[in-house]
Amino acid sequence: MNKLTMLGWVSIALIAAGSVLGLAVLPADALQGEVSRLLYVHVPVAWVMMLAFFVVFLMSILYLVQRRLKWDLLAASAAEVGLMGAILTLVLGTLWGRPTWGIWWAWDPRITTTALLVPIYAGYLVVRSMSEDPDQRARWAAVIGLIAFVQVPIVYLSVFWWRSLHQPPSSPQSMWGVYGLMLMLGFFAYAGAFAYLWLRRYRLAATELELELSGPEEG
Amino acid sequence: MSALPRRAAAILWKDILSETRTRQGFTAMLSFAALVLFMFSFAIGVDNDLLGRLAGGLLWVAIVFTGTLSLGRTFQNEELAGGTRLLRLYPGDVRAIYLGKLAGNLVVLAALEIVLFPAAAILYQVDFAAQAGPLLLVAVLGTFGFSVIGTFFSALTVHLRARELLLPLLLFPALVPVVLGSVGATEAFLAGDPLGRAGGWLRLLASYDVILFVVCLWIFPVVLEE
Repeated sequence: MNKLTMLGWVSIALIAAGSVLGLAVLPADALQGEVSRLLYVHVPVAWVMMLAFFVVFLMSILYLVQRRLKWDLLAASAAEVGLMGAILTLVLGTLWGRPTWGIWWAWDPRITTTALLVPIYAGYLVVRSMSEDPDQRARWAAVIGLIAFVQVPIVYLSVFWWRSLHQPPSSPQSMWGVYGLMLMLGFFAYAGAFAYLWLRRYRLAATELELELSGPEEG
Repeated sequence: MSALPRRAAAILWKDILSETRTRQGFTAMLSFAALVLFMFSFAIGVDNDLLGRLAGGLLWVAIVFTGTLSLGRTFQNEELAGGTRLLRLYPGDVRAIYLGKLAGNLVVLAALEIVLFPAAAILYQVDFAAQAGPLLLVAVLGTFGFSVIGTFFSALTVHLRARELLLPLLLFPALVPVVLGSVGATEAFLAGDPLGRAGGWLRLLASYDVILFVVCLWIFPVVLEE
């Protein structure tokens, strides 16, 4: 069994352990009830999503400096997994928000910014799909990956100010103690899963590129 | 004048000449902007108080929509005639192309806003004139931010299939701070800035403008590479 496959199995084991602990062992939150268990997935996935988009940014910079397609493929693979994480975060967040806040959507700066991440990185991936030339594709993608990471913190800040015009965002109880440990466990589990999916996707992308470069006449 | 601004000015002048000779775009753009203002009234109804309260937001949405259509044309003439490559072949820093095109977009948007602000004032019955100075500052910062990002993304998308769709897809999320800042400051000034919030919005606008301008200018040569 190679290291990557091992990483995959370890992540699955951690996710399984977290699910058993979160669903069966720990009691439901006194204020929020059973729905609070969603947070054991929602919060770590949101952290991992941010990690993934940071990886896109780093790989984009590396590509622009070194111009090696490897970095571009690593960036694109991280963007795909990150986009999946963003969508999962939003879905879990709205499911949690309806019973807890009474509304599906709260215009909270975090929610709004996460929702904006979806079109931003979808745009990144669509632009990639529009170019046939690997170098051109990599260049445009790296530029978008870099700009996106510059704009997102300011988008968050501006939404935060805009939101504070109305009422302070309702925030969940801060969770510490055993819940904090659960979140850490979740973070390692989903970070492992991210790394596994990311590197698997990268291998696939590298193989695809090889095929693309070898040309159709040989296939 | 040193080389970079001189080259940028030459590109600006070329675009102004070709635009004034054909006048293809601007009339259509103005009509489109007017129609957007009308659409808002149709959608919201003949409630003068409501329209007046929403005026800042509606005006900036009209500017963003119309501006996006106009941005799509930034590099289109060159692209159709294969001129982007020729522009790049001229000696000197290719950033001059960005600066020239940016200046061109600023001119077009300024011309649009000179018509659009009074039109919105009449249609939505708001008194922009009473706050002319502060609103001019908002308009300058908002328009600059819009053009900085817009010029950059229009250079990036001009070679792409379905660029009409991709330009707004990339542009709109990047415009969130610009739109929130411009609308926030406009509405604050129109209300006489009772909460003292306008300054914060202006600072947000100004810092976003500067950060994005530096990043876009720095990275622009990568966009034009072939």
